[in-house]
Amino acid sequence: MKDIVKILQQNARISNTALGEMLGISAEAAAAEIEKLEKSGVIKGYSVIVDDDLYDKSTVYATIELKVTPQRDCGFDDIAKTIMMYDEVESVSLMSSGAYDLAVEVKGDNLKDVAFFVSERLATIDGILSTSTHFILKKYKEKGIFIDSEEPDERGLG
Amino acid sequence: MIDYDKVLSDKIRSIKPSGIRKFFDIAGTMEGVISLGVGEPDFNTPWAIRKAAIQVLERKHIIYGPNKGLAPLRNAISQTIEKKHGVKYSPDKEIIVTVGGSEAIDLALRGLLDPGDEVLVVEPCFVCYAPLVELAGGVPVSVPTRIENNFKLTLEDFRDKVTERTKLLILPFPNNPTGAVMTKEDLEPIADFLRDTNIMVLSDEIYSELTYGRKHFSIIELEGMRERTIYVNGFSKAYAMTGWRLGYVTAPEPVITQISKIHQYGIMCSPFISQNAAVEALSSCDAEVSKMVDEYNIRRRYLVGEFNRLGLTCFNPEGAFYVFPCIKSTGLSSEDFCERLLFEEKVATVPGSAFGESGEGYIRISYAYSLKHLMEAISRIEKFLKKLEAEKS
Repeated sequence: MKDIVKILQQNARISNTALGEMLGISAEAAAAEIEKLEKSGVIKGYSVIVDDDLYDKSTVYATIELKVTPQRDCGFDDIAKTIMMYDEVESVSLMSSGAYDLAVEVKGDNLKDVAFFVSERLATIDGILSTSTHFILKKYKEKGIFIDSEEPDERGLG
Repeated sequence: MIDYDKVLSDKIRSIKPSGIRKFFDIAGTMEGVISLGVGEPDFNTPWAIRKAAIQVLERKHIIYGPNKGLAPLRNAISQTIEKKHGVKYSPDKEIIVTVGGSEAIDLALRGLLDPGDEVLVVEPCFVCYAPLVELAGGVPVSVPTRIENNFKLTLEDFRDKVTERTKLLILPFPNNPTGAVMTKEDLEPIADFLRDTNIMVLSDEIYSELTYGRKHFSIIELEGMRERTIYVNGFSKAYAMTGWRLGYVTAPEPVITQISKIHQYGIMCSPFISQNAAVEALSSCDAEVSKMVDEYNIRRRYLVGEFNRLGLTCFNPEGAFYVFPCIKSTGLSSEDFCERLLFEEKVATVPGSAFGESGEGYIRISYAYSLKHLMEAISRIEKFLKKLEAEKS
């Protein structure tokens, strides 16, 4: 199971035949393994990693650090669930840092949209004490995939 | 004007440059080439090893160090071999830390050979043996292995080539370029034969950590073989440390005493920083190595499956990081195949013939590359094969 997930994390569009070869099993068995992982919820979905410089230059990403008052009985879950319902929100994570509690990644069409979303939508949610917004200037690597060009391979002697 | 032909020795001028290089040199001048050619890991050296080197740079005086290598490293090498193979070498008298496995091979050859001595070179094999034998004054005698035996060495392959001048058998397993390995059962008849002779073995086990499905077995484990074996290994392949230039040779004391003089005068000592880092490699990096092996194994299975699917029969290599598919079905020589593949589909590979005549009809494919890279290469090769097929009809 570890190997199959590792391979799919590098390339989720790999054919069942190739995947089977890599694992030393048949294509059918590889397909069945994937289905099992999907059904059991290990695999939540498949996404695509895009170089926004080439695809849509105006897209803006920001990481927002939120300080939050944990609530009785459900701690941070309730607020996190409220936040993750917004389409603008790409990811929500609970952090161990003492400085803030939730890290939220937001995507917007332009700078203003993101700024507006933070001040009008996020900051106003009950229990959020403060927000600190960091705009992302450039992504070099995402989910293990290089966004910026890869290092040239200088090997060649052996 | 000085006449360099008169200045340079006949011997060195008669040595051919490496056949691996040729295609790299052409590939280097082309745009958009993807290579399947290299013989070094695509992984970076594990962080613990790099950190150890940084600490040496920060805290120590970078000195020559002892000729035979730093004592803690020789101790660690001795312990590692004993743990893996149950064979003990004295850290003080039977081990030299060398500049890569290549220097270790050179030391052994120069230490053993007198003019005209014959060396059995098991082929296909890495390109350095025959030229180094010649430089040491010896005569390389090629011993081809065969696909019928999965490129393992059998006694029948070399028994008839033994003469009174035969001094050494070079045993390069796990093998570059074929990926073949030798098991205990494969080695026993060879050891049985050698026990009654004065022939030494140079066992180049640089790929010993990169085996798939079974643990590497060394000929030194067999009865009577420790005393007639020069064992070569190193850090380049297992620990992804090619650029650190570190290997080692272990052998019985009389051999080490003599060959250490060549090392002493020619090299002095191996790099101090690398040696300190290598202690860390042997003491704490087993898990890192096995992670790399798992990754190589995925790629290996993929390539064997794909080449067989494409009709280039590929036997199942159990070691190193190469597959060695047969291209005879295309009707091309391995040199022509590689040249056309490079010019027409921009994939750089190495013709099997670069590793000895018995490699003709095969190509060496390295899987020291990411899966993404390998998948792109395979799709180009598939396109190339379809084109060849269309030409035929």
